[in-house]
Amino acid sequence: MSGFARRLLKVAANERLGAYRLLRLADPHGPAPAPGQFAMLAAAARWGAGEDERPHLPRAFSIARWQDGEAHYLLEDVGPGTRRLCELRAGEDVWALAPLGVGFRPAPDDARPLLVGGGVGIAPLAILQDGLARGRPTLDPSAQDPFLPAPREGAPVTVLLGFRDGERAHGAALLSGAQVCSDDGSVGHRGPVTDLLAHELDRDAHATVYACGPPAMLEAVRALCERRAVPAQLALEAGMACGFGACFGCVVPTRGGAYARVCVEGPVFDAARLECVQAHTGAPR
Amino acid sequence: MSAEGRGHDRPDGERSSPSQRPDGAPSAVSFCGLRLAHPIVNASGTFDALAALAVFGEDLRTEFPFAAFVSKTITLAPRAGNPPPRLWEAPAGLINSIGLPNRGLEGYLEHDLPALAALLAAHGARPAVPLITNVMGSTAAEIATLLAACEERPEIAAVELNVSCPNVRTGLDIGADPAQLQAVLEQTRGHLRKPLIVKLTPNTADVAACAHAAQQGGADAISLINTLRARAPAPRGPAGAPRAWLGGGTGGLSGPAIRLVALAQVAAAAARVSIPVIGMGGVQSARHARALLDAGASLVAVGTESFRDPTAASRIARELAEGRA
Repeated sequence: MSGFARRLLKVAANERLGAYRLLRLADPHGPAPAPGQFAMLAAAARWGAGEDERPHLPRAFSIARWQDGEAHYLLEDVGPGTRRLCELRAGEDVWALAPLGVGFRPAPDDARPLLVGGGVGIAPLAILQDGLARGRPTLDPSAQDPFLPAPREGAPVTVLLGFRDGERAHGAALLSGAQVCSDDGSVGHRGPVTDLLAHELDRDAHATVYACGPPAMLEAVRALCERRAVPAQLALEAGMACGFGACFGCVVPTRGGAYARVCVEGPVFDAARLECVQAHTGAPR
Repeated sequence: MSAEGRGHDRPDGERSSPSQRPDGAPSAVSFCGLRLAHPIVNASGTFDALAALAVFGEDLRTEFPFAAFVSKTITLAPRAGNPPPRLWEAPAGLINSIGLPNRGLEGYLEHDLPALAALLAAHGARPAVPLITNVMGSTAAEIATLLAACEERPEIAAVELNVSCPNVRTGLDIGADPAQLQAVLEQTRGHLRKPLIVKLTPNTADVAACAHAAQQGGADAISLINTLRARAPAPRGPAGAPRAWLGGGTGGLSGPAIRLVALAQVAAAAARVSIPVIGMGGVQSARHARALLDAGASLVAVGTESFRDPTAASRIARELAEGRA
């Protein structure tokens, strides 16, 4: 990101999307994020003194979309922090530190992009799909190639999304042309999204997988891609206090045993760097 | 001075302040022979200046928020830190179980120190920011080695000794027992001519006695409070058995939840010593900083609040200078 300060942004809208909320923050002069980057958000008013005298720390969210001078975030009410943000109305103020972290990296050669998401974790795949459609620069200073891979001529980006139930499956509207599955069978294939992924890889394994979702899903994606020798990039979630490398709270173990901070080395990691994706139950919510 | 009667965290417009200037410009303060642009520094381990430089770019250099920079704790050998999860959001605060990850003394001196010195050097109108290196050892010999290494490097202006470390023989925190603390300092103090700040632990029966012991052992200043030992509530595992939540078992509590504990301990410690005190614990505003200064602190450190707002220290220094405390 450029600039050393969090910014006070206005809520443009807060829309229901099935079981989720789509929080739209007006940010006409903000720096454009690269797909996969995230923001630390906190309501300017009544952030604290909720259930259990929380929330206290800002919460990390993937940037779901960046368009028309707005940044969009997909929220699910799972704790006092997300609850407060879900309640926000148009015109209210939000503190935002963004964009942060290292996003998705360009795929090598002409491998087809396969976007695989689960639950509220589908968010960064939306801005990635937008970017792939436009083939625009990633603006990610750490990217080796300043341009995202353009999709192969005439081939739409394949999007595979899994949800727990039908209410949550409404979130699929965030992306276009998605194949959807659900745990309870209420929408699409009944079963995990890795069923759809395995089918796609059977069809054409010359692909790069971009995935984000709950840890168990990401671990299944990682293991499947490892077995099929398909490169994958995983956007991880971790509890973090700051988002800019100060607290050392958001680490994940990497191959070889060293810990990596999700906020500054990620949140997107090459799957090959990880032995496995561990559940991060300690995340402030 | 008594801690009683100071326990109410309230504004007091009548109290004058040595660092208050009518023009709002922060006035410099002197600390252990170091000249600081204002009285706000960081708490060790709450701001990684090199990571922040990579994230925020050159603005961090021009708008560096702290008047002195305190490094995270450096140990003789590299440490990976504790397994995750490392954080738990507490009522009005945070429990951390980070485990002091660092690349070890050699890695720090070789890689971090030159980069930190470059970042903290005078830049345009901003004066140089003194670097205070925080170290921790589990024996007197380890501490002596760390101090001697810091003495040799001109980039380091002062050393802060973290004594919240278990003695390898007794298992007790070195800083929790006044007699042990004084003895360790007396054995090691001669290895450093630069100012030595002792970062006291609040997890002790008598923090004022520890403060006095630090002074007797040769400390030039003390800093407090470190985090309070705390444990996140244990959720039941799949088998119904309670289990520790944080990867390190227990952790340290920080943030507004400990602010008034800090105020009491800073007041009690400051009353027992004649050396300067760096006060910290839950500071979020100039009003909170002013309370610690009034309790006897010479400098105030900002920690957890920087997680919420990376420029919090600049805001607090500015508000203090403008008398908005």
